[in-house]
Amino acid sequence: MSERVPVAPLYSSGHSTATGNALSPGPSGTELGELADDRSVVITCGSGGVGKTTVAAAFALEAARRGRRVCVVTIDPAKRLADALGLDTLTNTPKRIEGRWSGELWALMLDAKGTFDDLVHRYAASPEQADGILANRIYRNLTGALSGTQEYMAMEKLYELAEEGAYEIVVVDTPPTRNAVDFLEAPRRLTRFLGHRLFQLLLMPTRAYLRAVSVATQALLRTISKVAGADVVEDAIAFFQAFEGMEEGFRQRADHMRRLLARRTTAFLLVTSPRADSVDEAGWFADKLNESGLAVEGLVVNRVHPSFSQDNGPRALPRAPKGSALETLVENLRGYVAVNEREEAALAQLVLRVAPSPVARVPLLDIDVTDAAGLTIVADHMFGRDGAAPDEPRH
Amino acid sequence: MNVAAFCRQSRVLIVAGKGGVGKTTITAALAKLASASGLDVLVVELEGKAGVPAAFGRDGSLDYDETVLAGQSGAGSVRARRITPDDALVEYLADHGMRRISKRLVSSGALDVVATAIPGIGDILVLGKVRQLEREDSSDVILVDAPATGHAMTFLSSAKGLLDAARSGPVRAQAAEVVELLSDANRCQVLLVTLPEEMSVTEVVESAYQLEDHAGVTLGPVIVNACLPDEPLLSTDPIEAARQAGLDIDDDLAAAIGRAAQFRVNRCRLQAEQLERLALELPLPQLRAQFLFGSHIGPDELELIGADLALGVERLEDEHGSEPHR
Repeated sequence: MSERVPVAPLYSSGHSTATGNALSPGPSGTELGELADDRSVVITCGSGGVGKTTVAAAFALEAARRGRRVCVVTIDPAKRLADALGLDTLTNTPKRIEGRWSGELWALMLDAKGTFDDLVHRYAASPEQADGILANRIYRNLTGALSGTQEYMAMEKLYELAEEGAYEIVVVDTPPTRNAVDFLEAPRRLTRFLGHRLFQLLLMPTRAYLRAVSVATQALLRTISKVAGADVVEDAIAFFQAFEGMEEGFRQRADHMRRLLARRTTAFLLVTSPRADSVDEAGWFADKLNESGLAVEGLVVNRVHPSFSQDNGPRALPRAPKGSALETLVENLRGYVAVNEREEAALAQLVLRVAPSPVARVPLLDIDVTDAAGLTIVADHMFGRDGAAPDEPRH
Repeated sequence: MNVAAFCRQSRVLIVAGKGGVGKTTITAALAKLASASGLDVLVVELEGKAGVPAAFGRDGSLDYDETVLAGQSGAGSVRARRITPDDALVEYLADHGMRRISKRLVSSGALDVVATAIPGIGDILVLGKVRQLEREDSSDVILVDAPATGHAMTFLSSAKGLLDAARSGPVRAQAAEVVELLSDANRCQVLLVTLPEEMSVTEVVESAYQLEDHAGVTLGPVIVNACLPDEPLLSTDPIEAARQAGLDIDDDLAAAIGRAAQFRVNRCRLQAEQLERLALELPLPQLRAQFLFGSHIGPDELELIGADLALGVERLEDEHGSEPHR
């Protein structure tokens, strides 16, 4: 079964304005606030541990403060943040969060397994077929094991919410994966999995056909049996048989999702920490999006060290006597100036790469963000209400 | 306890923690520390990233073949290599007389089908390889830098899960051997790395209990990375401090110095609260490594972090954990 979608760019069928390049990744003059005002889908992405979930939640909160009806889809949020959002269990139904904003804020914590089950029910020809799939061991492992399945379900949920049209804007967090672009390829990966040639082979009803397949393929099957045990091959046969006929439905849906991502009303928000390794990954991610015909329309640098002086460039700090309190104080400032400079140096290239998209810096706060008040503070920094323009680099 | 005795408590030390806590730095610092006490160390990196060699001042990422990063074998050395699931599978198949098919199994995507049928098979093959290295006796300590953003939980509990799932086959046998290694405190311990921050502390406490319950591993001390050293003198008023030092500083500078000091004092207060909470909620000894103002981790930085860890190790009571196996 050949993959009919061209390999690159992945999202070439999309809207022409989304086909950005390094020099013009987004409409010029876009501010982060504009994204919150006029987009209908915002996807936060970046490597693990940089605070994507917090940024997604703060962005959604801001949209609600700007009067919009917003739904934020979170994936595996830290428990206290989930509590803050009033999310205590995995659910596929958004819950409304009350607060002092003019719009509406809804949130859900993705239940990947439940989303997949719904999808199976939708595309199964009969309830019996659906039950057969849901009971299969390979299927039961699928959401936990097949890399990209969780990402796929996040996209699926996004697609559902966007198509339903009940919200003016849907903000989606992407799962913390080893490979941050997994979610772009996730729908394709699943259809490829379902379209694997083992699939057709295993659907051969009798062993007589097996003799007709190539020696190489038989050897492959034997190998799997040898390594993993014969029961794995049996499970696989049952799995692919159960999915028979559903593949086309999945494939079409994957195509729709790809188009949704490429729409002009969809924006990607890149999140990074100012650490060099994290910035490198973010840069690589921005390239991958570009190659796919998508563009980063905003960059949020989370947890930057504050700069304590407007003018702390090469200016010499006073040489204080050894062992004095002044020495300790000056060395402390010198340390933070150095950290700030290194962070800005690490960021410089990435900021250029995403230009003219806005760059927001959220400082390392002296609170941990675990409630709506904390999210409000993060949002204030993201949207430039902390006394400085969001895209004005601070030294 | 001295460093050599600490490192010899079990041959395999798995360094685990959430992304961004500095696992790789801690792994490299421990490797350097152990080699300085005369041990031969092998660092196993699961993604082939460049962090470990960079910490030793080397360019490039790790390969499946070993690289010597420091010292000489037999006299305290650090070697490092990469082992990805695909690496381990190809070698596993070759070892089992299936060399010809191994590349094809990986490249055809059939591995996806197998991996989905048996979740965690990649983890088991990697840990199986680690176990083989442990048995070979070619190093005193094997430090495993556990997956970055991937959950250490999944990585370490796969083998146990597979024993329940797979009914037959050589992979099941391998899983049994891995479980045996992981659950033997004399052979393997897990060192959790965290940051002195609320969310990191909460997460490390959760994963510690989960790892003990579900993976059956023995936990060594928890390593708290990036601890800001407390400086009581930071509470001094900058103008007053300048006066004492006989220097004149302008108002802008005094304000900047004051803000930086206040920021650090606040962070230190939050940090102290979290360290205390960690001690309360997780009854494991803590090893603390200092926050480094520079972002680059090279040989000099490794020395600093290694010294912090050594200090913590020396304070550990000898009877902590299990009795040494050699």
